[in-house]
Amino acid sequence: MSDQLFQAWVYLAATPLVGLTATLLAYQIGYAVFLRANRNPLANPVLIAIALLAVLLWISDTSYQRYFEGAQFVHFLLGPATVALAVPLYRNFQTIRRTAFAIGAAIVVGSLVAIVTGIGTAWLLGASRQTLLSLAPKSATTPVAMGISEQIGGLPSLTAALVILTGIIGATFATLLLNAAGIKDWRARGLSVGIAAHGIGTARAFQVNEVAGAFAGVGMGLSALATALLVPAIVKLLL
Amino acid sequence: MLRVLTLLLLCQLTGEIAARAASLPLPGPVIGMVLMLGWLAYNGGVDADTAKVAGGLLEHLSLLFVPAGVGVVLHLDVIAAEWPAILAALLVSTFAAILAAAATMRWLAPADGGSSK
Repeated sequence: MSDQLFQAWVYLAATPLVGLTATLLAYQIGYAVFLRANRNPLANPVLIAIALLAVLLWISDTSYQRYFEGAQFVHFLLGPATVALAVPLYRNFQTIRRTAFAIGAAIVVGSLVAIVTGIGTAWLLGASRQTLLSLAPKSATTPVAMGISEQIGGLPSLTAALVILTGIIGATFATLLLNAAGIKDWRARGLSVGIAAHGIGTARAFQVNEVAGAFAGVGMGLSALATALLVPAIVKLLL
Repeated sequence: MLRVLTLLLLCQLTGEIAARAASLPLPGPVIGMVLMLGWLAYNGGVDADTAKVAGGLLEHLSLLFVPAGVGVVLHLDVIAAEWPAILAALLVSTFAAILAAAATMRWLAPADGGSSK
């Protein structure tokens, strides 16, 4: 019996099935908690799923690399999903084109503020140079942020974790923050969340309103470009 | 469904190749998004099949960030050592960026009827 269990364990440890299934299960638990909490953004499904999986890896003494062999199938879908953002973008194209100038200005201002206040706060509180460099591109979407981080001498995998945390913070607090600031325009609400909190913010915006979601998608795509152009220049100037 | 998935992957692949060949500072999928937008404009609309597949992918967009997020376990030592600075920096800069971008947009965008109540 224990020999059969051991055989099963050997099989499971070698197949990507476990990492993949665990990811889907953890996310669904997170999503069920989110629904139970009346869709309160504080019960963020991504945060809950990541915490559950981190504990699971620690308990089962599994390496992240081994986990990712299964989870990569979910990770891969980020690419086609980003391309699919073209659909809501197309549906709202008229509204977006009418505000093109304002969008451009908001993207430059938002990206600049994200980079400078991020580096500034961490520097004031004594973060190491490596952390500052890894932190600088954190508002851009994961693949761009990792590329920038590598280019300026940060740690790309640390950047990836900071990018996700930024997205969770943005998705969790954007509604509260924008309500408090009295900003009701769905275009401004969506765009700002896409700029500051990339794809996770965009996912949150789609949950609330389709116009907000489409503008968030624009904010995510263009702030990635702005961040890629701004970060190397700012780092050269400040660090 | 197969046709739409192929189309999405083709756009992404072309985007990845363009990004590398021209060393653009944009990720391949974002270029792919622009190509897909061009394709929809060329066709003059979104057909039901495309709407269904895109909707399916975007419905749980945040799930797709979970695997990269679990990568936080690789850097628990850095985070344990510097967490006050990291947490403060993430909170301050995310809040500041949201407010600055939203205020700029509201200030400069022409009004329309699509505001929330």
